[in-house]
Amino acid sequence: MLGRTANGLYWMFRYIERAENSARLIDAGLRMSLTRSEATEDDWDGVLQSAGVRELYDEVHETLTSSDAIDFLLRDRANPSSVMSCIEAGRHNARMVRTALTRETWEATNECWIEMKAMLAKKARPADLPEIIDTIKRRAGLIRGAFHGTMLRNEIFNFSRIGTFIERADNTARILDVKYYVLLPAVAAVGSSMDNVQWESILRSVSAHRAYGWVYDAELRPANIADFLISNGRMPRSLAYCYEKIVSNLGYLAREYGETHAAHETAEQTLTALRSRSMNDIMDQGLHEYLEEFISDNNRLGQEISDGYRFYH
Amino acid sequence: MVKNKGTTPLAFDEMMNADSSPRQPYSTYNEWYASQDRNRLIAKSKEAENIFRKTGITFAVYGHADSSEKLIPFDLIPRIISGREWRKLAQGIEQRVIALNAFLDDIYHKQEIVRAGRIPRELIEKNDAFLPQMIGFRPPGGVYTHIVGTDIVRTGEDQFYVLEDNARTPSGVSYMLENRETMMQMFPELFHQNRVRPVENYPYLLRQSLASLAPPGCSGKPRVAVLTPGIYNSAFYEHAFLADMMGVELVEGSDLRVIDGKVKMRTTRGYEAIDVLYRRVDDDFLDPLTFRADSALGIPGIMDVYRAGNITIANAPGTGISDDKAIYSYMPEIVEFYTGRKPLLENVPTWRCSEPQSLKYVLEHIEELVIKEVHGSGGYGMLVGPTATKKERTAFAEKLKARPGNYIAQPTLSLSTVPILVNKGIAPRHVDLRPYVLVSDKVQIIPGGLTRVALKAGSLVVNSSQGGGTKDTWVLED
Repeated sequence: MLGRTANGLYWMFRYIERAENSARLIDAGLRMSLTRSEATEDDWDGVLQSAGVRELYDEVHETLTSSDAIDFLLRDRANPSSVMSCIEAGRHNARMVRTALTRETWEATNECWIEMKAMLAKKARPADLPEIIDTIKRRAGLIRGAFHGTMLRNEIFNFSRIGTFIERADNTARILDVKYYVLLPAVAAVGSSMDNVQWESILRSVSAHRAYGWVYDAELRPANIADFLISNGRMPRSLAYCYEKIVSNLGYLAREYGETHAAHETAEQTLTALRSRSMNDIMDQGLHEYLEEFISDNNRLGQEISDGYRFYH
Repeated sequence: MVKNKGTTPLAFDEMMNADSSPRQPYSTYNEWYASQDRNRLIAKSKEAENIFRKTGITFAVYGHADSSEKLIPFDLIPRIISGREWRKLAQGIEQRVIALNAFLDDIYHKQEIVRAGRIPRELIEKNDAFLPQMIGFRPPGGVYTHIVGTDIVRTGEDQFYVLEDNARTPSGVSYMLENRETMMQMFPELFHQNRVRPVENYPYLLRQSLASLAPPGCSGKPRVAVLTPGIYNSAFYEHAFLADMMGVELVEGSDLRVIDGKVKMRTTRGYEAIDVLYRRVDDDFLDPLTFRADSALGIPGIMDVYRAGNITIANAPGTGISDDKAIYSYMPEIVEFYTGRKPLLENVPTWRCSEPQSLKYVLEHIEELVIKEVHGSGGYGMLVGPTATKKERTAFAEKLKARPGNYIAQPTLSLSTVPILVNKGIAPRHVDLRPYVLVSDKVQIIPGGLTRVALKAGSLVVNSSQGGGTKDTWVLED
């Protein structure tokens, strides 16, 4: 396969994953402003931070309002992580690697773009937001379904999956990092209802508020939430789960090509660390420091994959 | 029947006779059409548009920032050609394509046609499309034009003319294939009732044809790739489609590099050699070391690899000279010179404005003629005399006088019409036809092709960039 094609697949799936994550963050933000008696712009500050676009927002807007924040996250082309920017970039990459995709996968991607472009042509009215968010999730689901149902399990599949999970790991780590302070033991001791809202919002951002109850118990505990999102191998958006998938997909490539790269070692080390470290240990060392290091390692892995498989050179 | 504005007389309609009875190739279709509910057909028409949009069968119009991807309108009434008509066309096309290849081989070697005084020397040697780098070099198999799209127009029952020989990188074949696919999906019954010759095997034939012309330096199974200028090219969809259907890599210049005397592509496992490159990049951009130094689309050094016999480039560099509009006017002489026979297909009479007598005639008859740029394509930079305003004609006459050598003129042909579906039923519109020809050790003409149709009543401009549409083209088994 061409290095450029592997690169296109990797980014196509990163962008589609990111579009869905941005939608999920908006959803969590909306939910939070519903739950609170006094909806504050601070909620959106946190959402923008989780999306990694807080500073970018300030370049475009003078004040922070929920309506501007939602529009910025949903459809602003100046924001490369907005839902519309991501869908456009994902579809652009899909078009470039058209020959590597099944007709079903391409059409699901193209139709997603066509529908979202029409739906997001104008600034969304608050009343329309639930339907918009729902459509994004459904469209992303259709792409995923077409992809899983029709693609051969070969190198094309592996590069696509690696893109998905590098992006997802980055997103989950960012969401946690923005809110890490509400999970710290000192703050948790307060145990106010305010904290509950914050904790639930973290879980909602990764579509895990129901699942959490099944795995742990209905009671929200910071250490459990962190454990769920970091090291629980059954939670599909946890860092450990993402790395299991990355390691296994890199493993397929290694077997097929008969060679390994720096990326293989990095991914395996990260996975081992995710499995072996206890949550107390992580909390003691500092959750923020831990997450910062993870995000930086995850970026490095992306670079090593790009180098090893000749994405650009 | 069509009533044209201006001086164009009544056009020949391919579906209906003057007495409103269907012409023979359309008799079965016409019966079916008569039994159809018009609303259903209009609904089907919308369905077809959705299929095209969903599949992403788009092209880009340069200079339209807001509409970077457009659909080519598809009309669901097929253009039907009888087996007898097709045989006649196919023989004529084959003769012409053989002559084109012989001509190219000659002008890059002994130039006997020039020595024989049939073509002026400067027309070849001062032509931008003539590549001195090709002199004395014979491509693998002696084939220059691997893929040709011969544009044909019709003016009557037995009057066919060749309008253009597209011998560089003819486009549109993906529309031929997708139009057929769409028709078969929407109206399977029509393909039971009519014996339509298949076009679906084109990608297979193309791949076979390309692989059979692998260079001498290729050992083992030839590796074929399609070279595209990239995602922003107007025909990118087609490049991806063909690569996909042939099961070969779609590469860009940045993927390729000359290593150890071979053209190699950068794969996830390292560099791998390519033997046959079906390039959809113009000559000028092919090799920055040989042609335009600023080209980012090409591969530095590919011409050396080519001349060393380590890659086949399809079509060969320098073939553009054979579809140059100034050379076109000599095609009857060219065909006769190399095949020893009169051309089976006629050329449209052409005035070369470089000749003072012709220029005088053209200026005097500008309101009757179509005037084209010698190197132009896509319907740009041309004047359709009968439909142009007086102001446009005057302005064009000035351009003509300033650079006469840059133009040719042809009579305004009354192109045949085929009906299209409109809100009130059907209405005739002018069409042309581009059959696709594959050249290897044999000449294969795909029975069908791309029918382009002007969607505006009376318009003779069928180019998609100028608002034209397409139709499925049927060649009947008979």
